[in-house]
Amino acid sequence: MKQTTLLKVASQSILKNKMRTLLTMLGIVIGIGSVIIMVAVGTGAQKSIETSIKSLGTNLIIVMPGSFTMGGANQGAGTFSRLTIEDAEKLKAQGTLLAAVSPVVSTRTQVIGGAGNWRTQVQGVSTDFLAIRDWTLASGDFYSEADVRASRKVAVVGKTVADKLFPGEDPVGAQVQLGRVPFTIVGVLSPKGQNAGGQDQDDVVLVPHTTAQSRLSGNVRIGQILASANSPEELPAAQEEIATIMREAHRLAPGADDDFTVRNQTEIASAATSTTKVMSGLLAAIASISLLVGGIGIMNIMLVSVTERTREIGIRMAIGARGSDVLTQFLVESVVMSLLGGLIGIAVGYGGAALLGHLTGWATAIPASAVALAVAFAAGVGVFFGFYPARKAAALNPIQALRYE
Amino acid sequence: MKHTHSVITVSGVKKVYRMGSNEVFALRGVDLDVAAGEMIAVMGSSGSGKSTLMNILGCLDVPSEGRYVLDGVRVDGMSRNQLADLRNQKLGFVFQGFNLLARTSALDNVELPLLYDRTGQKRDTKALAAQALARVGLGERLDHHPSELSGGQQQRVAIARALVTSPTLLLADEPTGNLDSRMTVEVMALFQELNEQGITILLVTHEPEVAQYAKRIVVVRDGRIVRDHAVADRHDAAADLRALDEEQAKQEQQLEEAA
Repeated sequence: MKQTTLLKVASQSILKNKMRTLLTMLGIVIGIGSVIIMVAVGTGAQKSIETSIKSLGTNLIIVMPGSFTMGGANQGAGTFSRLTIEDAEKLKAQGTLLAAVSPVVSTRTQVIGGAGNWRTQVQGVSTDFLAIRDWTLASGDFYSEADVRASRKVAVVGKTVADKLFPGEDPVGAQVQLGRVPFTIVGVLSPKGQNAGGQDQDDVVLVPHTTAQSRLSGNVRIGQILASANSPEELPAAQEEIATIMREAHRLAPGADDDFTVRNQTEIASAATSTTKVMSGLLAAIASISLLVGGIGIMNIMLVSVTERTREIGIRMAIGARGSDVLTQFLVESVVMSLLGGLIGIAVGYGGAALLGHLTGWATAIPASAVALAVAFAAGVGVFFGFYPARKAAALNPIQALRYE
Repeated sequence: MKHTHSVITVSGVKKVYRMGSNEVFALRGVDLDVAAGEMIAVMGSSGSGKSTLMNILGCLDVPSEGRYVLDGVRVDGMSRNQLADLRNQKLGFVFQGFNLLARTSALDNVELPLLYDRTGQKRDTKALAAQALARVGLGERLDHHPSELSGGQQQRVAIARALVTSPTLLLADEPTGNLDSRMTVEVMALFQELNEQGITILLVTHEPEVAQYAKRIVVVRDGRIVRDHAVADRHDAAADLRALDEEQAKQEQQLEEAA
């Protein structure tokens, strides 16, 4: 039989039972749809992680508080900070592989001034911070070493904070209150956008770490220390150096556990990637189960169809159809059905990815190769699950098929 | 009738079915010779073996034993695919239940055998199908679906489908079994007309009056041919049809007079 005739016959019989065809295709639609959404989210996440790794800073190293053991029970990382400003100063002074070092003293405070008030993250950092985070100023200047040493009440605000409190104006020179302490705004940071975790990096106020410690947090301990290595190649060596200096500073006996953790930006990024990997894995599982169930659905309906059309098969055989003709006919039918489901699934996937992106703000991207793969997969499911019913049809005895009521 | 060579030559054909450990003989040795241009009726009660004979003659089944030559081709021992091709090339089937594809136009139904043609000779399939339908008097109903046609018309579509490949032999299995008496006569008139045009026809029936339209009757009983004779007073279906029409006209006239 000619290909066009085969396709015509297949589409005719598919159209005869519209509702049934639709329900049968649903499994494939969901399966292919989730494959597309999965790929869209995965690819989008990877792209945004790549950009956010860049936005973290250059050759960034983060020193965080380590685990702390109390009475033999390990309390886990970050439960109790032993990091101090002195640690940061030692790293700055002794680190030969470190280009810049800054302590980070974090608190959340209400910022009052200008058009109203806004609750935000206040970070006490040194003048090295801008270089570490590879950040620039949109207007004004960063505070100076002298400001830090003198614990002056000066602040540099992020774009989001500036927009909230001083919409449409340049806040440089304006007074704000951080909690109850008045500060003078000396600069505005250029916008950086979201980080890998979806946090707004521009929703921040930077003040000298000395001022933050004495006026805002009142705590000697600090949350973390940021540093940057001279070059990407020196990152591991720089991490080693930090560890050595820190152990010495904390007077840790040889063999004792570190009471701090040193991470570089790729390690942080890989943590973010693993989250999306779990997400993608979950969707892949849904997709494959759905495709399997959809395929079984197609097989089931094709078996019903073969039984229903036993007489038709008998007629076709009596007038000269070979077994292979009947096999091809039913195979084409199941492939057309699953391909149609696949195409609808791709459309659903595009829609779903767009909707998901709109609702969650996740970046999504669908590469053409994924669409091609989905089409191939749908066709494969059609062939695989259509083969058994088609072979059953082809093996029918024409005499019995003709008598079938 | 151009030349009288044998279309069917069957000699010593047996068919055995195994039912568990039992062997059931459906055919116990059949010899039959059908010449080109014949119109032969095979009669017999159910269980006589006439259906089995029909299946073997129709190349739907192969004999367990014996020879079957169809139009010079040895059929016994052929593979499934060879049988399928032979059915497509040399045979035309007409069934009791019409066996048309539902929701498919008359034209598409008749075209169907041509789509399975592997010789590649029959090119203009739509035109051939339309010709075949015109030949059975349905040239005006190409687009009708079986559900829109009467039983007699459906059977004529089936006959057109059987004719479209220009077969050597037309096999009709109880072709009038589902038709009323008038449609029966109509269909038999068509068969007689086609036979006059030189088509060899073999019909299986259990109705003696249908068999009377054939030229020769073969009676099968217990897997054997027990009688094989020419029809003495062959009925002319066309004449019977005219008689039926006259009778009907008379009845209508009487009804009118009574009113």
